[in-house]
Amino acid sequence: MNGGQDLGGQMGFGPVKPEPNEPIFHGEWEKRVLALNVAAGAMGQWSIDESRHARESIPPADYLSFSYYQIWLAGLQGLLVRHGFVSEHELAEGKAIETPRQPKRVLKGEDVAAVLRRGFPYEREPKARPAFSVGDAVRTIVMHPQHHTRLPRYARGKTGIVERVSGCHVFPDTGAHGAPETAQWLYTVVFTGPELWGRDADSATSVSIEAWESYLEPA
Amino acid sequence: MSGHDHHDHHHHDHDNHFTPIEARVKALESLMVEKGYVDPAALDAIIETYETKVGPRNGARVVAKAWTDPAYAERLKADGTAAVAELSYGGRGGEHIVAVFNTCEEHNLIVCTLCSCYPWPVLGLPPVWYKSPPYRSKAVIDPRGVLADFGVTLPEGQRIRVWDSTAETRFLVIPLRPAGTEGWSEEQLAAIVTRDSMIGTGLPQLDAAS
Repeated sequence: MNGGQDLGGQMGFGPVKPEPNEPIFHGEWEKRVLALNVAAGAMGQWSIDESRHARESIPPADYLSFSYYQIWLAGLQGLLVRHGFVSEHELAEGKAIETPRQPKRVLKGEDVAAVLRRGFPYEREPKARPAFSVGDAVRTIVMHPQHHTRLPRYARGKTGIVERVSGCHVFPDTGAHGAPETAQWLYTVVFTGPELWGRDADSATSVSIEAWESYLEPA
Repeated sequence: MSGHDHHDHHHHDHDNHFTPIEARVKALESLMVEKGYVDPAALDAIIETYETKVGPRNGARVVAKAWTDPAYAERLKADGTAAVAELSYGGRGGEHIVAVFNTCEEHNLIVCTLCSCYPWPVLGLPPVWYKSPPYRSKAVIDPRGVLADFGVTLPEGQRIRVWDSTAETRFLVIPLRPAGTEGWSEEQLAAIVTRDSMIGTGLPQLDAAS
């Protein structure tokens, strides 16, 4: 979706402001939001793409004014409500009112190290051969879906070169919406600066995206 | 929030010193614990992991080893995930790692324009600027301008390659080893590898060695 999250190439935000000696967290609440997101994700009730979609569904004016941990907090609350784990009423009251819903899993303290170390790999066994090879010229499709996608607006309808074939990876566009998991070949596709940004762009720059096979057609 | 305050003030007087966001997070946490969705010990273990165990010193070790061990550098180039696993790094937020090597001809810069994807196992949690609109918007259209914001000017003729992390692949920049570090140990070298040099917004800092 063309939400507040799709920021590549937007202007007017001013310079990047690195913070000298930046602390890992700016307050205790940020730690708790991080931990709640990681632990809730480990319940196994939603995919990483659904959690991204929950965040990018925040209205753009809010999205752009929230800190990232505020975005994570709003996204997590939305997921918990959507999946029936908490109600808006409970969020407002700050205490349990309805009967809990049993999650698939609860991450236990003693399992945290092993679960984080194992992670959640996204590569799957391919069912077909890749349609493109390294060196192929490809064009990204033009689409403006209402649903989640990982093809950013600035890279739609652009011609680039396949630089790497990265295996078959879980496809985010459908996985974000509760459909059974599918996987597609994933490619690194590199574009010149002028292809993306026009003839005045710096020709000594290039930009790549990671593109699933259905984002691409032969050029 | 005003309704929230109205309901809460008579039985949560001790919460009055919290800001609204702190109060919201506390309420959500106690609700999730009460309903049995999260184990408080797990929350503490997650925080401890990213405060004390997983951070940019991990990535610096990878870079220093790549600088001193050509065979390791080759393995890192061929399969980043497997090569960082040799140093016991990997897992959540870095299931698929690709190391991108700076050369005299090309400098690499990592961004996630769509969210905040970042190689957690080797760099830890991303800094605020990495997740913020100025960086995410500008890195792909004006990477030299971004480097200028960090006080970095590349040598004349060095191209820039930007990697937008749109999938679960996570990128780690392997900066060029600075001249004048011949004969240094891996530990000495790791000390000059800054976090920003592994994102591409900085370069190794010789004056960081002490």
